[in-house]
Amino acid sequence: MADLKRTVLYDLHIALGGKMVPFAGYEMPVQYPMGVLKEHLHTRAQAGLFDVSHMGQVILRPKSGDAADAARAFEALMPVDVLGLAEGRQRYGLFTNEAGGILDDLMFANRGDHLFVVVNAACKDQDIAHMRAHLSDACVVEEITDRALVALQGPAAEAALARLVPGAAEMTFMQVAILDWQGVDLWISRSGYTGEDGYEISVPDAQARAFCEALLAMEEVAPIGLGARDSLRLEAGMCLYGHDIDTTTSPVEGNLGWAIQKARRAGGAREGGFPGAARILRELAEGPARRRVGLKPEGRAPMREGTQVFAAAESGAPIGAITSGGFGPSIEGPMAMAYLPATLAEGATVYGDVRGKRLPATIVPMPFLPNRFKR
Amino acid sequence: MKYTEDHEWLRVDGDVVVVGITAHASEQLGDVVFVELPEPGTAVSTGDEICVIESVKAASDIRAPLDGEIVEVNGDLADNPGMVNEDPTGKAWFFKMKVADLSALDAMMDEAAYNEMIG
Repeated sequence: MADLKRTVLYDLHIALGGKMVPFAGYEMPVQYPMGVLKEHLHTRAQAGLFDVSHMGQVILRPKSGDAADAARAFEALMPVDVLGLAEGRQRYGLFTNEAGGILDDLMFANRGDHLFVVVNAACKDQDIAHMRAHLSDACVVEEITDRALVALQGPAAEAALARLVPGAAEMTFMQVAILDWQGVDLWISRSGYTGEDGYEISVPDAQARAFCEALLAMEEVAPIGLGARDSLRLEAGMCLYGHDIDTTTSPVEGNLGWAIQKARRAGGAREGGFPGAARILRELAEGPARRRVGLKPEGRAPMREGTQVFAAAESGAPIGAITSGGFGPSIEGPMAMAYLPATLAEGATVYGDVRGKRLPATIVPMPFLPNRFKR
Repeated sequence: MKYTEDHEWLRVDGDVVVVGITAHASEQLGDVVFVELPEPGTAVSTGDEICVIESVKAASDIRAPLDGEIVEVNGDLADNPGMVNEDPTGKAWFFKMKVADLSALDAMMDEAAYNEMIG
């Protein structure tokens, strides 16, 4: 696999029997010998360890020394309340473009004197260029290239991590902290992308393998590949950038209005002032023409990404398409996300074209499986 | 047992041929979550796509290995597609077909030849 990058944990993946595939310019494990289905169920039952070192880690350091200046500049790129985020807390964010489309989704944290940002692997080069282009007056945009990022997810994640880092147990959902493990600073957030309680942990490259091996030595922790990461996030109703959201979808169409806090909405203290504000504020007020919804296909046949969706079983043009779809091991059935006209209510039946047959599916609320975050 | 390049196995049982997919194929597919089978009585030609297998990763087809008629399908697979991973060459047979010319199997790979193909 020429030209593909490797994370610092590559040798560990090979040693663990990981099946490596190209993903976002990296060679990443799609599964380990346990297999996608069992890895998924293991994460829901115990704890799964994921290498997400391909994602971008960025520090925004205010040139003035005042973190509010970094927050104010960062806020101009997103329809999200950055200034109002308390120290030690993390929040979901979205870069938007002038047309109101989504450039990427991300997580950012207020770490006192600076912001820490985690962006998608496939977008990280353009995201960093975007931040450098727009934030350089106010901030130094520092890409972190000497730290791995891993996620530990599942109901046993707290007990497992607390054995190495006792302070992790005290953290609440979306809290961030820098905690010591054997003299090394771990940058920990209590969050993840599986719908389970868990953590994302940034660890220096030099200690990354030893840290992972210390976790994997525990009975409840298993390595989990990208295959199960996808089915876990889909059951949790979470978007995959480039599939469920992209530059052609607005945050409101993407059903991500919850990520736009009051301060940035009409009548808020810092209303608008982000790229695409005219469209996004209008869609918040009037509702979008189409919206990302959950679909539960009847029967067992999965409806995959790209499946055309119809209003009727027999005739008519497509009304939308599936953006992510597959089989949910925990819900023991197929599930999908699609963009459909906003006039269609939950409970409505639509039809997905599967190999030339229109099969019924019901519009359902997401997540498909209730999340179990540590509130 | 005989094998095709599409990773199907064929076993002669009286005057019918029982068809399934190999252990190697089931490992490559990953966990199977859905199987769609043809209607018994369907006349098929070699190469026709007659079954769909969906794994956690993707959909793939099973092609008719010979000309003939589907006489029976394994209905248990619809309710328990995971059998394809657990017992691919036993309980998880896909269909039985009546073929015009059983001697066509003679030209197919035996186990040694198939193992050599998959390396």
